[in-house]
Amino acid sequence: MSTFTWNEIRSNNVRTTLLFIAFFTLIAGLSTAIGFILNSLVLGWGIGLIFFCGYGLFAYYRGSNMALSLTGAEPADQSEYRTLHNVVEEIAIAASIPKPEVYIMQNDTPNAFATGMSPEKSAVAVTTGLLQAMDRDELTGVVAHEVAHIEHQDTKTMLIAGVLVGSIAILSDIFFRVSIFGGGRQRNNWVFIIVGLLAMILAPIVAELIRLAVSRKREFAADAKAVEYTRNPNGMSGALRKLKHAQTGMQNTPRSLNHLFIRSDLDDDSFMNKLFSTHPPLDERIQRIESL
Amino acid sequence: MTTTWILIVIFVVLTTVFVYLYNQLVSLQNRAENAWSQISIQLKRRADLIPNLVKITRQYADHEKNVFEQVSDARESLAQANTPQENANASEQLTVTLGRLFAVAEDYPDLKADQNYRQLQEELSSTENKIAYARQHYNDVVTAYNTQRETFPSNIITTLFSFKPLELFQESQQETDDFTISIDS
Repeated sequence: MSTFTWNEIRSNNVRTTLLFIAFFTLIAGLSTAIGFILNSLVLGWGIGLIFFCGYGLFAYYRGSNMALSLTGAEPADQSEYRTLHNVVEEIAIAASIPKPEVYIMQNDTPNAFATGMSPEKSAVAVTTGLLQAMDRDELTGVVAHEVAHIEHQDTKTMLIAGVLVGSIAILSDIFFRVSIFGGGRQRNNWVFIIVGLLAMILAPIVAELIRLAVSRKREFAADAKAVEYTRNPNGMSGALRKLKHAQTGMQNTPRSLNHLFIRSDLDDDSFMNKLFSTHPPLDERIQRIESL
Repeated sequence: MTTTWILIVIFVVLTTVFVYLYNQLVSLQNRAENAWSQISIQLKRRADLIPNLVKITRQYADHEKNVFEQVSDARESLAQANTPQENANASEQLTVTLGRLFAVAEDYPDLKADQNYRQLQEELSSTENKIAYARQHYNDVVTAYNTQRETFPSNIITTLFSFKPLELFQESQQETDDFTISIDS
């Protein structure tokens, strides 16, 4: 594995550790606060611990499946999607990882994403629209880009980020409820309501920030890695060009999963989208590939 | 007393380095072996697909005997290849003859439209890609291993435990030889 790949993995490991610490601190803080309101720190920490273990384990073992089912992806049939299976297997060999599971989304918009806690247990999902729009080389480019995310362990970071965001949302909700309906200390209630409200407002902002932290740089890195696998820049740039001209708008896909996809719904040029976009503009990506 | 300690520390450090380097060589060797088995799986798979391809092409173009013979010869020599070098040469030969077979098929629209034929073509080109990717990977690992083997300080371990150099999987120099122009002076 090249030093380049190792650097990507290392920076992802640092990110994962930071996310984990953030996750732990948040849960400790919120459960202390809940315990404080309920007049029993033990109860608060108990809730926190159960939550931490339960949610963490669930996310670890079921996270990918959840992402897959939220996008409506289904396992791709071996004979019906023969070419897709072949392409995934080819790139897995190039990356020397076990073949990821192959999923299909019934959607006319060309798009794809990858998920998985480790290269040994991962999945690649593409839309039927992608299969229709791309020729074999371009499809190989897209799949290679997704497998690069798996090998760089971007998918792991994304899953953990998703868990963190989800847990902030749920805990701040619990916190808000107990501070209104629960426990003694009436005199302090308004403080907790404000803190609870703040947490509820902050959660989506933190979510956005995490999606930014999972930076645009790694899209370039995945593009470059894809070309390294396939030794065919034309496939990758051709695919990106087709993605650029394809209509946007994946129906029935949760916005919170947007950052997983190769073509983000937020790829148009408005100011807010530029500020909060998880992906660099497609034009820039195409340019960089062509200069490789 | 101090000297004893210094000697012990030196001994421990040297042993650790020694064990580390030895393990690194072994792990690279295993990875190369693993990468090789991936190539041979794909080579075998391609060889298994060929009889079906020949059979189906015969149904439409039985008189193109020349090509069928070439393909089966190439397949035969691949079956007898042992070293990575021999395998690479035979595999290259097979790729070339298969290319001819596909070129012949271009003249038979009925054959090209045949569902089974198209499936076989997809499987074969996918297997060709897999061989190419597996080869990249194998050559990367072997190069890493050979470099490790020859560079200091690993080369001490190499001589002590006789780690053998590994052969790359690459085509013969034949193509370049063909282009050598001899100038009679």
